[in-house]
This record gives sequence, structure tokens and C-alpha cells, in this order.
Amino acid sequence: MKAETRNAVAAGAVLLALCAVPFITGKFTAYLTIRIMLLGIFAVGYNLLLGQTGLLSFGHGAFYAAGAYGLGLFGVHVSTHPLLGVAVGVAAAVLLALLVGYLCVRHTEIYFAMLTLACGMMVFSLVWNAREITGGDDGLIGIVRAPITLFGLADIPIARENHFYFFVLFFFALSVWAAHRIRRSPFGLALAGIRENARRSEFAGVPVRRYRLAAFVLSGAFAGLAGALEALLESNARPFMAHWTHSAEPVLVSLLGGLSSLTGPLVGGAIFVAMREIIQRFTENWMLWFGILLLVIILGFRGGVVGTVSALFRKATAPGEG
Amino acid sequence: MQSYVHVILAGLSSGMFIWLVASGLTLIFGVLGVLNFAHGSFYMLGAYCSFTVLKYLGAGYWAGLLLGPVGVCAAGFVVERFFLRHVYRLALPYQLLLTFAFVLIFDNLVKIVWGGGALSPPTLSFLGGTIPILGRNFPVYNLFIIAVGPAVALLLWALLEKTWYGRIIRASSSDREMAASLGVRVPALFTGVFVFGTWLGALGGGLAVPYVGLLTPGMGETIIIEAFIVAVIGGLGSLKGAFVGALVIGVLSAFGTRFFPAFDMFLIFILMAGVLLLRPQGLFGAAR
Repeated sequence: MKAETRNAVAAGAVLLALCAVPFITGKFTAYLTIRIMLLGIFAVGYNLLLGQTGLLSFGHGAFYAAGAYGLGLFGVHVSTHPLLGVAVGVAAAVLLALLVGYLCVRHTEIYFAMLTLACGMMVFSLVWNAREITGGDDGLIGIVRAPITLFGLADIPIARENHFYFFVLFFFALSVWAAHRIRRSPFGLALAGIRENARRSEFAGVPVRRYRLAAFVLSGAFAGLAGALEALLESNARPFMAHWTHSAEPVLVSLLGGLSSLTGPLVGGAIFVAMREIIQRFTENWMLWFGILLLVIILGFRGGVVGTVSALFRKATAPGEG
Repeated sequence: MQSYVHVILAGLSSGMFIWLVASGLTLIFGVLGVLNFAHGSFYMLGAYCSFTVLKYLGAGYWAGLLLGPVGVCAAGFVVERFFLRHVYRLALPYQLLLTFAFVLIFDNLVKIVWGGGALSPPTLSFLGGTIPILGRNFPVYNLFIIAVGPAVALLLWALLEKTWYGRIIRASSSDREMAASLGVRVPALFTGVFVFGTWLGALGGGLAVPYVGLLTPGMGETIIIEAFIVAVIGGLGSLKGAFVGALVIGVLSAFGTRFFPAFDMFLIFILMAGVLLLRPQGLFGAAR
């Protein structure tokens, strides 16, 4: 079987398994799976920037929050249509990413990381302080999951967890497919070229800064989508979505799973959510254990789970080499 | 007029804390080339350790200020010697995330040892109280802070420019391999600089104990952001830039808090954006 077909078959199997989850497992597992998919959308988009373009952003929580607050404010003041709300959330995230990205892509490496971090925290403090609009530290409450009306033809209810599950699954599948297509497109390959050697890319005629900005805005759009969906899931938007400790989550998840593949952040997201659940069940001090685990990964398993497993697999299948 | 002077004084004193954190951050970045997220945690640990010496051991304020930060240096030693040392040659995300792991670990350790709630330090008997400046009272302790900041700056300048150690540090910072081949024990020097930088951050924390009013486990996460902004505005790796940047940020955010309380961070953002557009390398950064 060709690799392409094999991947397509594997993706189809995973999709089928995800479709089966709400029917064969309890409510709680379905809820956890939703959280995994949300983090998956966030991390897959984020990895277009970190894994593909080689830019380390510590401010993507801001775009996540823009998605959540965009949907929330639109829902509270204008219309509760979920699809319109998601569109507004993503648009808000894109606009914010354009503004922040325009400033930040002038730099790379450490400067870029610090700038995105600072810009993200500006958004956090704005959301925190603008009480009248955002609800301040109480968060924005009263976000409802209204049915999806399709031009008055049909109403699809998403209020119940099981229905909402498929709403999220739809966007999850769409995001993964889009990220896959972007990685394979000439644009995605140009981004990888910038990561490997920015100067050479520039000589080859690639407008490096514009491409970096485009990757930044794209990953911001994914973050906004994940944020909007989380606002629908939890019926609120919280300022801590924009906090830098939340911005660090997709970085951790990408590293946990492995930077160099599409599946890495997805596997990392699943492990991250599952592990947080398990550790929190035994101890309140999950941050401590997560920190220690992070040290172990950085010092010992830098390929992440996907990288380590596929290296083992290669070793097992080709004993003559290496 | 009187209220402007007071806002400026308040800004200068809060700027001095940012300077103390930013100076350690800048020194470590300049020499080791690592941006240390955990530096805010050293500030927090310094505050908690000084608080403990001050309150539970019953020792005076000065003992707390001396012993607390020195205790934190032990943590800095462990971080550099056993962990950070192994990632110097790795890509940036690994370095940043390693120090981020320590943010998680230290924040959680503080919650385990001191509890997750806010602690309120005892009021000082000396350096406490207020003195009238232009007809309005100003805390004496804040004036003390305004004096300590430049004193530390002077100490750092003398250390780096006038001593033999300073020359070695500058040499290793500009060319690691050349310094090593001339007989400088670079790994030991790196440990020393990291521990010294840790001490600067922890000293800021120790000084902050009577100033901030409440100690919370998240106090390091706020100041590290301000220190990052200062480092960007001043020029990464430039101590002079960090000093000027900290003062500018301190005064500007004091004006913001006084006149536009909802948008005080926004002023800083505008300043940062302006500096970046006009002078990307920062005020005192070398052109790259």
C-alpha cells in the first residue's frame, strides 16, 4: 500500500472511532474527547507556525480568547446563531493576529517569542480590565448553544452534549484536513524553506516576512476557532484564555507529541488532556508533575511521543541499519 | 504639580523592582544566551524566603533580605548545573520550555510549602511610615527602593567594567570558544553568572516583601512579563537599556494607573510598538 493511501485509511479509521465515542462511552469520556479535539485544533494550527515555519509564539492564547470573546459578545448582543458566532470569533482572531503579527514578524527567535508573549499579555490585561464589556475576571457569561438554523429550512439542535460533540467533530476534522492541505501546498513548503534557511528563501524570491505573517494569521485563525468552540462548550469566556500560561499549552502539546508531523500535536493533545485528568485525580499538584515530565521529555525524548515511537518502529523493521 | 511628582515617584519605585528582575534576566541572557522564564519565579521565591526568615524565624528585616535571596541562589545553582547546562546547544523552544517547566515546578512548590492563599507581611517599624513631599505623604520605604535600584546598577557596572571577573564575563559573553581556549573555565563561569542573576531577581523579591502588601504564588508571572517588555524596549542583553527601560515602564504605568486605570497596559503596548517600529533593536541594543 502506498503511504498516501495508508494515511487516508488511518485517518478514516480514527474518524470512525471518534464518531463512535459518544455512543459507546459515558458522558465524561465524550466531554474529555471534546476537550482533546479543541486542544487538537489549537495545536495543529499552532504547529503551522512552530513546526512548519520555525517561529515560537508565546501569545496564541490571545487569539484563542479573541475567538471566545468574539463569539460570546456577538451571541450576547447580536445573534446566537452558532455558525455565525464561530465565523465572527475566527474573524476577530484573524484581525488581532494581523495586528500583533504585523509588529512581531519583524523579529525571529527569542525576540519574536518575547514580543508575542508581551502582546498576548496586553490582550489579557485589556480583557481583565475592561469590565463593562468583557465581565472582567468573572468572565463573559450567558453564552448559549442555540440550534443551527440553515436558511429557515432546518434546525439542528446542539444544546445537548451528544449533539454538540458532532458539531466539534465537524470542525476538528475540517481543521486537520485544512492543516494537512496547507502543509502539503506550495505555500506550506515555502514555510518549511523559511524555517530551514530564511536567507536562502529570500534569495529564491520568497517574501519571507509576508509569508511569516500569513502563517501567523493562519495559526491565529485556528486558535480563534478553538476558542469560539470552547466558549460554546463551557457557556463562558474567561480572561485566562489569553494568559501566557495558556499560550504555552500548544507549545507543550506540540513538543509532547513531536514537532515534525501533523499527528504529533494531536497525539500530544490527547496525552496532555488525559494526563491532566489522571494526575488531578490523585493529586492537586499536577503542575509539579507536569513540570517534571516536561523536564524528562526535553532532556531525554526530544522527538516527542510520535518521533520516539516511529524511531523505535524504524529500528524494529530495519534491524540491519543503524 | 504635586500629584504629578507623586505619580512619578510611585512609578520610579515600581520601576526599580522591574529593573532588579530585568537586570538578572539581561545578565543571564547576555552571557549564557538563554532567556529564563523562571526568573520571575526566583523573584517570587526571594519574596517568600525573605518573608519566612522575617516572620517565622523572627529575624529582622535585614536578615531576611540577606538570607532569603541567598537561599534562592541554591535553587538557581541546581537549575543551571543539572538542567540548563544540557540544553545550551539545543533549539530555542527547548531552552524556553525547560525554564517554563521550572515556572510550573516552583509555582507549585510555593503552593505546597506556603499555601495557595495570599500572605500579608508584617509592617516595618523602621523605614516604615511616610514623609511629606510637596505637602503630601509618601512612604519612606519607597524612597529607600528608589535608592537601592541605582545602587545595584552601580554595583553591576563596577563589577562588569572594573574587575577582573567582569572582564572574564564580558570576554566569555562575546566569544565563548576563544575565552575557553585562553583558559577560562566557561561552564563554571556560566553557573556563577546564573546564580548571580538569580540573586538579583531574588533580591528584588526580598525587597518587594514590605512593598507589595500581599504575597501570592502568581506574583512572579506578572513581573516576568514586565521584565520581558523592558528587555525588548531597552535592547536585549543591554543592562543600560534594562535600567532606562524599567524606569520608563514604571513611570508610564504609574501614569496609566492614575489617569486611565482600565488601560494602563495599553500605554505600555503603544510604547513597545512604537519602539519596535522605529528602532527594532531596542533603545540601547546593538544593530543586528
